[in-house]
Amino acid sequence: MVAHARADHPDEACGLIVGPEGTGEPKRHVPMINAARSTTFYEFDAEEWKRVYDEMWDNDEEVVVSYHSHTATEARPSRSDIAIASEMGLPQAHYVLVSTRDPETAEVRAFRIADGEAAEEPIDVIGAPDAVQTYKFAHSPDSTVYDCH
Amino acid sequence: MSVEVRVPTILRSHTGGQKVVSGEGSTLAELFDDLDAANSGLKGRIVTDEGKLHRFVNVYINDEDVRFIGGLEAKLSDGDSVTILPAVAGGM
Repeated sequence: MVAHARADHPDEACGLIVGPEGTGEPKRHVPMINAARSTTFYEFDAEEWKRVYDEMWDNDEEVVVSYHSHTATEARPSRSDIAIASEMGLPQAHYVLVSTRDPETAEVRAFRIADGEAAEEPIDVIGAPDAVQTYKFAHSPDSTVYDCH
Repeated sequence: MSVEVRVPTILRSHTGGQKVVSGEGSTLAELFDDLDAANSGLKGRIVTDEGKLHRFVNVYINDEDVRFIGGLEAKLSDGDSVTILPAVAGGM
């Protein structure tokens, strides 16, 4: 996700991580085109989204993570992120925000969005320490406490 | 025309949890009216009060985005598959 966000910076990047239906397990990363090609807005390309959705349907997969990047602001859902996701979004998804505003360190935070509210959730970092060398993950839902590696 | 409609998770509260429903109509507008009878409130999530498609809903007939084939006046044929998807989007 971070590599994708870096590659598309300063345009916002967006994409999905999908997994077997009903498991909530993020298994397959699907970077998506940002049809808006904007530094401040993102929208899935309608044609690509249909193809990806058909694949998911055939594979019995569901969206586990819906991510996008903010390229100049913090890794928190904006008012329009929350409004759009609440009205017509992916209710079971973890909305992950990646901020690429700092060229050295990417901020990665996760939220559940429903009914006009975004509730932060902690991220567990697993895997080799080198892989998270330049990332910071918020690990507390009550306050934004970052682990910096 | 009898068509199959794939419903996104966020709208399944209107279909009793079903991910696929069937409906009748020769246009998309007629189909949504038909679906709304059995799935109360579904149409209102997709069509605005002014009778247009909601900005953040994508509707497809087979693989085609209906915005390019007539929107709510797009024609349906027997056996068509209609897919409704949230337009995943956001910004500042």
